[in-house]
Amino acid sequence: MEQAFFFYFAFVIAVAAVFVVAVRNPIYSALSLLIMFFHVAGLYVTLNAEFLAAVQIIVYAGAILVLYLFVVMLLNLRQDDRYHRQWPMAAAVGSTLVIEAIILTVMKGWTSPVVAPGTETTVGGISNTAAIGDVLYSTYMFPFEVASLILLVAMIGAILLAKKDIGGDAPQL
Amino acid sequence: MTIPLSYYIVLSGIVFLTGVVGVLLRRNIIIILLSVELMLNATNINFVAFSQYFHDVAGQVFVFFALTVAAAEVAVGLAIIIALYRARSTINIDELQLLKW
Repeated sequence: MEQAFFFYFAFVIAVAAVFVVAVRNPIYSALSLLIMFFHVAGLYVTLNAEFLAAVQIIVYAGAILVLYLFVVMLLNLRQDDRYHRQWPMAAAVGSTLVIEAIILTVMKGWTSPVVAPGTETTVGGISNTAAIGDVLYSTYMFPFEVASLILLVAMIGAILLAKKDIGGDAPQL
Repeated sequence: MTIPLSYYIVLSGIVFLTGVVGVLLRRNIIIILLSVELMLNATNINFVAFSQYFHDVAGQVFVFFALTVAAAEVAVGLAIIIALYRARSTINIDELQLLKW
C-alpha cells in the first residue's frame, strides 16, 4: 500500500517535472509545476511531515506559483521560444550525471544503511508541528532570524527593481 | 517504513536532473526560474526523506529555510525579469548579452 502511494507520487512528480521543461507555452509549464507541487506535498504526508505538506501547498502553490502566473500573463509572451543552442552542453551534463548515478547505484547496491540512533531533536510522542516548532525556536533560533532578514531584503529589492520610476531620477536599465 | 531510502534519492536525482537540463536548454527566463524551483524541490524531497529515515526533525527545519530562500529568489528574480522586459521588451536570454564578454 505504502509502495503504491510512493510509486504514484514519484511517477507523477517525474512526469510533471519533464513537462515543465519540455512544454512550449510558459503557462502550461507553470500549471505542470503546480501539479508537481501538490504531489510533492502528498509525498511529504507519506513521510510523516504533515506540517511541511501544508506549507508546501500554501507557500509554493499558493504564493510562488501565482506570482509566476501573474508575470507570465503580464508579459504577454509570444510563443517563439525554441530550445537553446546550448543543447550539446545540456546533453553532456545530463548524461554525465545519469552515468554517475548508475555507477554509484551499481557499486553500492541497494542496501540501506543502518538507522542512526535518535538525536536531541528526535521526533518524540509530540506531533510533527510541535516538534518542528520546538526545534525551530530553540536550536535554530538564529537562522530563523536571518531568514526573516532575507525576506525583508527580498521584499525591498523586489519593490525597488520593479518600480517604474523613483522620483524621476532613477537609473535607467 | 517499507520504502528504501534509495528510492527517494533516485526520485530526487531525476527531478534535479530535469531542472539542470531545463536551465541549460530553455531560452525563456521564466522557464529557467521554474527549473530552479524544480531543483530546490528535489533537494527538499531529499531532506524530508532523510529526516524521516533518521527520525530527526532537523531536516524538515532546513526545508523551511530552503523555502524562504526560494520565495526570496522568486520575488527578486521576477522583479528583475519585469525590469528587463521593460528595458528590452524581450525575455529571450539569447538577446540579453549585456554581461557577456
